[in-house]
Amino acid sequence: MKDLDAMPVIAKITARNVDVFYGDNHAIKDVTVDIGDKAVTAFIGPSGCGKSTFLRCINRMNDTIDICKVTGEIKVEGSDIYDPDVDPVQLRARVGMVFQKPNPFPKSIYDNIAYGPRIHGLASTKADLDEIVEYALTRAALWDEVKDRLTAPGTGLSGGQQQRLCIARAIATAPEVLLMDEPCSALDPIATAKVEELIDELRENYAIVIVTHSMQQAARISQKTAFFHLGELVEQGNTDDIFMSPQDERTQNYITGRIG
Amino acid sequence: MIQLAIIIVLLLAATSFILGRGKARSLAGANQVSLHSRPVYHGAYGAIWVAMAGIAAISLAAGLGASIIESQLMATIIEAAPTASNIQRELVLSDAIALASGDIASQEDKLRLQIADSYASLEATRTWVTAFIGIAAAVATFMLTLRQISLSWRARNRSERIVSYFLWGAAVIAILTTVGIILSLMGETLNFFGKIDWQVWKYLFGLNWSPLSGVQSGEMDPDKVGAIPLFAGTIMITIIAMLVATPIGLLAAIYLSDFASPRVRSIAKPMLELLAGIPTVVYGFFAALTLGPFIRGAGESIGLTVASESALAAGIVMGIMIIPFVSSLSDDVINSVPQSLRDGSYCLGATKAETMRLVVLPAALPGVVSAVLLGVSRAIGETMIVVMAAGQGANLTANPLEAVTTVTVQIVMLITGDTEASTAAGPAFTLGFTLFCVTLLLNIIAQRIVNRYREMYD
Repeated sequence: MKDLDAMPVIAKITARNVDVFYGDNHAIKDVTVDIGDKAVTAFIGPSGCGKSTFLRCINRMNDTIDICKVTGEIKVEGSDIYDPDVDPVQLRARVGMVFQKPNPFPKSIYDNIAYGPRIHGLASTKADLDEIVEYALTRAALWDEVKDRLTAPGTGLSGGQQQRLCIARAIATAPEVLLMDEPCSALDPIATAKVEELIDELRENYAIVIVTHSMQQAARISQKTAFFHLGELVEQGNTDDIFMSPQDERTQNYITGRIG
Repeated sequence: MIQLAIIIVLLLAATSFILGRGKARSLAGANQVSLHSRPVYHGAYGAIWVAMAGIAAISLAAGLGASIIESQLMATIIEAAPTASNIQRELVLSDAIALASGDIASQEDKLRLQIADSYASLEATRTWVTAFIGIAAAVATFMLTLRQISLSWRARNRSERIVSYFLWGAAVIAILTTVGIILSLMGETLNFFGKIDWQVWKYLFGLNWSPLSGVQSGEMDPDKVGAIPLFAGTIMITIIAMLVATPIGLLAAIYLSDFASPRVRSIAKPMLELLAGIPTVVYGFFAALTLGPFIRGAGESIGLTVASESALAAGIVMGIMIIPFVSSLSDDVINSVPQSLRDGSYCLGATKAETMRLVVLPAALPGVVSAVLLGVSRAIGETMIVVMAAGQGANLTANPLEAVTTVTVQIVMLITGDTEASTAAGPAFTLGFTLFCVTLLLNIIAQRIVNRYREMYD
């Protein structure tokens, strides 16, 4: 991790003065943050601090909630994603997301992975599609386990396999950013270890943002950490710095277990 | 008088409740926890028994009294008119009872007036005795239950057991009614099959339906009880109805569940369900008086001959009737597809339409199929619309512009027609039983599909 910290950060996502309102509730207050490419950024903080809400702003999933209003500026690769010309549907193909609870479609393993590529026309022949599916499953470290039963339903896999299937599904649409909302909270320790290992490998190709409740997990897999508290971004920086020498008293209290 | 007795019994029950509760409370004194049952159970136990004993005694005494009086009066009549027939004697008795209660009798003579006199006095005695017995039984129970109250008396368990018997009784009544109806259907069906010399295949596969044509000679002609035209008509109208109801209902459900704004949904959904509240009789004359002539006119303008009572008109209106049924059931299953599946699809860059078509609908399909099957079983059993709009003649045709008849229409015709009930009942019950079997089968299939679908997500 150290050598990576020394590298200059290329910002993939830049957020400036972002506020989010749920009706009268001011959920995110003036958040400004840069998220680097080819690195894992962890959002930590106590429950209800707004870290998942902010994550959902990056692929505009908050658009599906009627009372939610987002102000400020979020840019991916330099282009404003809240620009009226931007279609959230296209944005979401570039910014993949993995959820807290594995949510494979009630389809075969193959069809789960092929879903995105089919919609976006990424494969012109069956062979191309097969290749994409194999690539995505291999990247998600699931290929060896399921290659003999691609037609079996995705819902029949174990929890950890289902979550890796969902990661593979996200990878298959060739995104630039992967958002993960507590991807390991429904998994046992062994499955968690596998998913963490996978995230570490995926880092070389994607900008990964992960929301987590586990500070150990944040310390293990992330290079950058941002600490949220009551809707504010309290502190951000290199993961080692945040955990070793936090500048803010609230960060100090959270990572030592006094709040949250 | 008897009404008064019932009121007194109920008052006694209420008193028993208050006194029982009070006694239990004062027995326990400062230490209320020492009571096995809460005071209210002690009260309730007494009240239930008092009411049951009083009302049972009253009905028993009243019934017994009535039959005693009747046999006594009959004896008097037989003595006075030994030559009269049984029917004449019964007429005398009913006339006398009518005279005694001030109604109009078929004739008045000395015997009738005499019987009426003794009936009046006996009846008065019966009323008094009944009321007395009822109140006495209630009072006795009252004393008994009140005396039983003690700290360790298990009033809660006992009163709960009585209540559970009542609940059991209610369930049994519902079940027995169903069983009774099915048994009587089966009995009449077998009876009918006996009349056509057990040529059941002639009923199931015959092409000629005119069951009452041989009634004058008291015979049922096995060659004229073929139900195929009726079932063909039923199936044709059902298919037309489902061709209307399935797409409209399903598309409405899709719109309401995923595309409509909450405001539109909150208005449109109750409006759609209002359709289900329209009496079928209204749909029926809408089909017969508005849509039927319209279709005939439209058909004639392009040179088609359309009967004014056509399968098409009845089927379309029946389809409209079934729309809310299909849409509200489909809406439920579409809504029960987890939001996480939709989110997963949106996050892969799918549009709402793609998500609906590729994820939500396939997941909801078993539920939608069962909604449609339930709609079919409603269409098959629907009566009023087809009676008014489909026609009466058993006509085997595949042309939806002609008049056809359905199973339910024929049942209505048989039962409401002026043929004697005992003759018409055979074919009517048989048709009813066949219909029952078909809808039962459809409901079982639909239920199975729904169950399998539930297992997928739970």
